[in-house]
Amino acid sequence: MTINPASLNKAIIYGAASVALYYLLFLYADKTIEWATLTREGQKIYFLMPVVIPFVFSLVHGAFTAYFWDALGMKPAAQNNGK
Amino acid sequence: MMDSISFIELNAFNVTLLFIVGFIGGMVSGFIGSGGAFVLTPAMMTLGAPGIVAVASNIAHKFPKAIVAALKRHKYGHVDWKLGIIMGIFAELGMLAGKIVMSGIKDTYGDTGTSLYVSFIFVVVLAIVGGFVLRDAYKMYRAEQAGADVHEHKKTRLARWVQSVRIPGTMMYFTSLKAEVSVLFIIPLGFATGALASSIAVGGFIGVPGMIYVLGAPALMASATELVIAFVMGLGGTLLYAWDGVVDVRLAMIILAGSLFGVQLGAIGTTYVKDHTVKLVMGVIMITVLFSRFFYIPGYLSELGLIAPITEGTHHLLKAVGDGTLALALLLGAVIILGALLKGMAAHRKRHEQLAMVDGIEE
Repeated sequence: MTINPASLNKAIIYGAASVALYYLLFLYADKTIEWATLTREGQKIYFLMPVVIPFVFSLVHGAFTAYFWDALGMKPAAQNNGK
Repeated sequence: MMDSISFIELNAFNVTLLFIVGFIGGMVSGFIGSGGAFVLTPAMMTLGAPGIVAVASNIAHKFPKAIVAALKRHKYGHVDWKLGIIMGIFAELGMLAGKIVMSGIKDTYGDTGTSLYVSFIFVVVLAIVGGFVLRDAYKMYRAEQAGADVHEHKKTRLARWVQSVRIPGTMMYFTSLKAEVSVLFIIPLGFATGALASSIAVGGFIGVPGMIYVLGAPALMASATELVIAFVMGLGGTLLYAWDGVVDVRLAMIILAGSLFGVQLGAIGTTYVKDHTVKLVMGVIMITVLFSRFFYIPGYLSELGLIAPITEGTHHLLKAVGDGTLALALLLGAVIILGALLKGMAAHRKRHEQLAMVDGIEE
């Protein structure tokens, strides 16, 4: 398995950002439950949290996982568009 | 009643389990356009999440996963955005209609009634569509073994007819079909995809075969376009559930952590396979899921008093076997995808080495 150094660097940067996001999630886990409870109680301002949080996580963590596999040499085959 | 909802405690076991199931589910989604939900939702419920929280959290992880996968497959030229968005909008309507039917059944027959209804839909849809997909995959495989050229995507007779119908004012060109099709054919397909998604959580079991056999899209493009539909539906669903405050973001993000690893791998896998492998994976999963449902049905029938009551122990055993079969369905899919990916990569590398050698001699 050949390691791709350029992808490895990016994987490390995005990986660190992803770890930081998940650390924050666990740190503020109780807060997320509180937001859901408040939404149920009628404070609808918090209802966007379950939409915004997944978007942010998928951007950062999605980039990390893409570079992660790329760094490990898991690349797509050239030119196969289903024909 | 809503306030009595409790979110589950997170511990190392729960987190690891959700991560692994997320990874496998993601891999299948990246490859066939959907899947994973039917194992993730029961897995969360087994860990103690109330049904509605499990469904809501599953949807909240589904839409970002679907868009990441769709963008990945867009790079490989698999995605038909226009078709996906149009079907997605009507799927949204189908989802609402499906919800109304489910609530109606729940009001009349209770929770067991809805479970029986879901099982019935599972069995009927999967038997018809799954059997068809699997037969088609086998036929393509046989033709390939016999040396026939199956690279050329063949449209079914139904798709050729659908593409030949001209209804003025409703015609639209789609890149995946390389033809104009009346939107009037797309509306019911999108609607059915959404209705199925709201009852069994896997709308792709109608959406993907529908795009292949009714509209005439290649399997690889159908599975990628389904991701756009899943994104549109998932976003709508998440907004609805989030408004009710029943999404457990922690659960959704843990599943997402695993599933994004899987999605990337599944999407890469599609670049190494031919159309029939996508159909094979889809067919195998559908038929295995179909069998899993038989283990749940006696329990529901007994609860509704339609058959002689079965003991608590037997009930639990049957349910465990059913859940196990579901997990097996996903695992089987994952093994076929990984196998195809590794085999494809090895063949690719070999070809490159041979080319490099030829180049070397010429120099």
